[in-house]
Amino acid sequence: MELVLALAIGVLGGGGVWLLLRPRTFQVIMGLSLLSYAVNLFIFCVGGLRRGADPVLRTGAALTDYADPLPQALVLTAIVIGFATTALFLVVLLASRGLTGSDHVDGKDGAP
Amino acid sequence: MLHDIVPLALLCLPFAGGVLAWRLRRRQAATWLAIGVAALALALALAVRPWLVDGAVLRTVVPWLPSLGLDLVLRVDGLAWLFLLLICGIGLLVAVYARYYMPAEDPLGRFYGLLLAFMGAMVGVVTAGNVVQLAFFWELTSLLSFLLIGYWNQGASAREGARTALIVTAGGGLCLFAGVLLLGHIAGSYDLEVILAAGAAIRASALYTPMLVLVALGALTKSAQFPFHFWLPQAMSAPTPVSAFLHSATMVKAGVFLLLRLWPVLAGTEAWFWIIGGAGLASLLLGAAAAVFQQDLKAVLAYSTISHLGLITMLLGLGSALGAVAAIFHIVNHATFKASLFMAAGAVDHETGTRDLRRLGGLRRVMPITATLALVASAAMAGVPLLNGFLSKEMFFAATLSTHRGVAIDVLVAGLAVLASMFSVIYSLRFAVGVFLGRPRGALPRTPHEPPRWMRLPIGLLVLACVLVGVLPVRVIGPTLDLAAGAVLGTALPAFDLAVWHGFTTPLLMSALAFAGGCAAWAGLRGWFARRETLPLLGRFGAQRLYERVLALVTSSLPHALEPAYSGRRLQPQLLLIVLAAALAAGLAMYGTPMRFGLRASAVDPAFALLWLLGAICVVGAVRLAKFHRLAALVLVGGVGLVSCVSFVWLSAPDLAATQLLVEAVTTIVILLGLRWLPKRVAGLSPDPALARWRRYRDGVVAVGAGLGLAALAYAAMLHPVADSASNFYLEKALSEGGGRNVVNVILVDFRGFDTLGEITVLAIVALSVFALLRRFRPAVESVGAPMQQRLQAATREDGYDAGRADYLRIPGLIVQLMAPVIVLFGVHLFLRGHDLPGGGFAAGITVSVALVLLYMARGARWVETRLKVAPLRWIGLGLLLALATGLGSLAFGHPFLSSHSRHVTLPLVGELPLASALLFDLGVFGVVVGATSLMLVALAHQSLRRARPLPDADAEGG
Repeated sequence: MELVLALAIGVLGGGGVWLLLRPRTFQVIMGLSLLSYAVNLFIFCVGGLRRGADPVLRTGAALTDYADPLPQALVLTAIVIGFATTALFLVVLLASRGLTGSDHVDGKDGAP
Repeated sequence: MLHDIVPLALLCLPFAGGVLAWRLRRRQAATWLAIGVAALALALALAVRPWLVDGAVLRTVVPWLPSLGLDLVLRVDGLAWLFLLLICGIGLLVAVYARYYMPAEDPLGRFYGLLLAFMGAMVGVVTAGNVVQLAFFWELTSLLSFLLIGYWNQGASAREGARTALIVTAGGGLCLFAGVLLLGHIAGSYDLEVILAAGAAIRASALYTPMLVLVALGALTKSAQFPFHFWLPQAMSAPTPVSAFLHSATMVKAGVFLLLRLWPVLAGTEAWFWIIGGAGLASLLLGAAAAVFQQDLKAVLAYSTISHLGLITMLLGLGSALGAVAAIFHIVNHATFKASLFMAAGAVDHETGTRDLRRLGGLRRVMPITATLALVASAAMAGVPLLNGFLSKEMFFAATLSTHRGVAIDVLVAGLAVLASMFSVIYSLRFAVGVFLGRPRGALPRTPHEPPRWMRLPIGLLVLACVLVGVLPVRVIGPTLDLAAGAVLGTALPAFDLAVWHGFTTPLLMSALAFAGGCAAWAGLRGWFARRETLPLLGRFGAQRLYERVLALVTSSLPHALEPAYSGRRLQPQLLLIVLAAALAAGLAMYGTPMRFGLRASAVDPAFALLWLLGAICVVGAVRLAKFHRLAALVLVGGVGLVSCVSFVWLSAPDLAATQLLVEAVTTIVILLGLRWLPKRVAGLSPDPALARWRRYRDGVVAVGAGLGLAALAYAAMLHPVADSASNFYLEKALSEGGGRNVVNVILVDFRGFDTLGEITVLAIVALSVFALLRRFRPAVESVGAPMQQRLQAATREDGYDAGRADYLRIPGLIVQLMAPVIVLFGVHLFLRGHDLPGGGFAAGITVSVALVLLYMARGARWVETRLKVAPLRWIGLGLLLALATGLGSLAFGHPFLSSHSRHVTLPLVGELPLASALLFDLGVFGVVVGATSLMLVALAHQSLRRARPLPDADAEGG
């Protein structure tokens, strides 16, 4: 399980970085999205993977029966903030497109 | 009790008066207020005197942050009292003088407001009983002096002078701040009392030298000492009352005050002698020499001030007790004669309209009283017997003679002291004789006559003080000097004699030599002095030019050089740098700690592997298609999001899964809305294929490296045994203290509520930024028309009926319209169960905004807005207020900010509800999320609506 998730994080992160370095706005946004999935999963997995553990307190269960709540709380806010930054970035890029007439973010215009 | 209140009143009074004066529109009212406040402050300062007998120190402590050792401590001892007298006394005279000096049309409210505030800041500096507090008021004086120097901000020279003064003195103030932090660190407390008692330990500390350098930088910049002197002549574009107050009596004296304040702690070492003494000697000599060659009345005074402050600094640098006494004495004397000289120069300027020494002459005939006063004050500056300047100069010579650091240095110091003294005789002669005696030299811009009586009175009082101190030193200044010197030196006061006549001594000989030499040089070379603008050979010491170069480099050349490389037009290199920096940081963190995989990996579930195989395919597809097929790439990224959502369910995190699913939907909608405004892309060749190929290889390597690194790191992290983490605490206390069974939600709204408050604030700010950015957004021309699909729909109808407008998404629209209340209800459900079951404010908020956005998409913005008033800004505002009020509510019950209280209540029909005060907080979160999300979505959706108005063929409801 761990290996699968680690590879998944790697693929997400690598793809995200690749897109991040592409010269056009849309690619950068997609890259950021992929990268934020990777980071969210990474933070989440730091607490260890638990299958079938209780997410909610139950009378008579031991501490070890529960999934680690702390990374979950961190990731939950990260997801919401991630959405906000994506939206902000999108709008910034739209504004820059409106200003420069191009969706290039590498300072080069015109080339397809 | 009373002695606690008086210093506090003394500190607060000028600030209160300043704020009040600022508001006054009438010249008369502002003047009387300023004079009244200054007089009252002087009276309060005088009232402190009886408490200061026998080395007693007044201390007023107002606790502020006792746990950090930071309290507001006011400490008045002899030294502080002497400065209080100078500040309030000269402040009062300046306030009177300014009334007649400043142009009649100026309402003066702002001027007196700043002047009083400056007075308060100076009082704060000298009464500070805590070094951090001292540094604070120190910076406040820099800031207020900036505003005062630039008071006539129409003039370029005033603005420039003010800026230079601010950069130099505030920069020095920052050094001082670092210095006092070090000092406090060494002494173990920021309290001045403790620091003054720890002198030996501080001088022995390894940090002594860096600390001394930092403190000296603060003091030397403030007192305009070489090589930071150049701001003072530039600051002469200030109104003359400001110069009289700031540049003779108070602000420039703050530097030497600091050196005196810390003299018992810092003085006496080699480093102290060379740094302080060296800077003082250089300023003494160069300032005096430069003053000789100035052609502007105020510039002469400015350079002479540099020189006299150099004298004081050098006396302190000598490290002898006699030097310290002489320094205190000269501070008082210099303040009195220099303030009167500035005021006299102001009177001349005011009456004649010029300050040029070459045009002025023979003013004795038209303004005899001012001339007499100025002549006496200049004589005091030159050190003529029976005036105060003479006495302190004698003490200065005596102090230079009594230090012993090897014959060469002794002779050099004494000789240079005589030379500087000679220069001061020359510039005093140029100032006094050239302007007031002799014959008039041609026409002046204005016909001069005697200035008003109230302008002469302050000058007269100050000159009177010069004479009184000069004739009856023991009577007039003796006790005060004893008091101030006692505060610095403790009980071990050196033997000093304030008598006017000591017999034929070496200092007298030195005085006579300087006097004779100065008179002879003036008589012989006066023509040469008048022809020059700057010092021969040394120019303006070079420091000014260096400062200008550095300033030009930092504010212009360097930014211009760096801008092309790092400006907003080139995002990629910066992103690459960030990625590489992240990799470097990770490498550094892991350097030396080999990766260990401590636990055994659990068995691979084939379904899970298959799930992520699908995910990986989506990633690769999205990466490949993002360039030309944006919609497909977006769909694939959404697929990745779903896969990670399923993983969260799989791995016991239902809260995350719910939130991820909802956010996924909203993100996709946002990007879809944005897609409309991006330009079309067609496949084609890059103009430089080789470069493009190289870039792809480079990025490929970086991306693969990042991916591998992340995977390895994640694997290691997952197999690392988790030690006793904070999670156990949260699990144990969630129900008993947070009153909820959903630990994740309890963490968010209760245990870490403060973090969440910060996060929703960020969310609100982002939403507002998006809104603000889009208000000015103008899309590119080619994407303004109706989308292709709508155009096609309209074109296929032969009867010309515009289906795109009327039937657009009619059936989905109906469904969404019916479903919207259900979705909102589901959101409320998620919210209410959030404390005990997966759900909560975040998820609920997004759910509700999804309902809203679906309506917008299916029915169009106009339809929705005629039927529904959303007001996202109000949601955000109310949400933030509610969250904040919940937090503050706990304060009312005596608990810390954001403490929560919980109780389960049973409501009819609904059943048992976990009603914690955290629920209210969660409601705030809910409000902010609803507001922020819908604000962003609606703002984006509105773009097509806004552009549609001027173009009749564009779609009005396409959202």
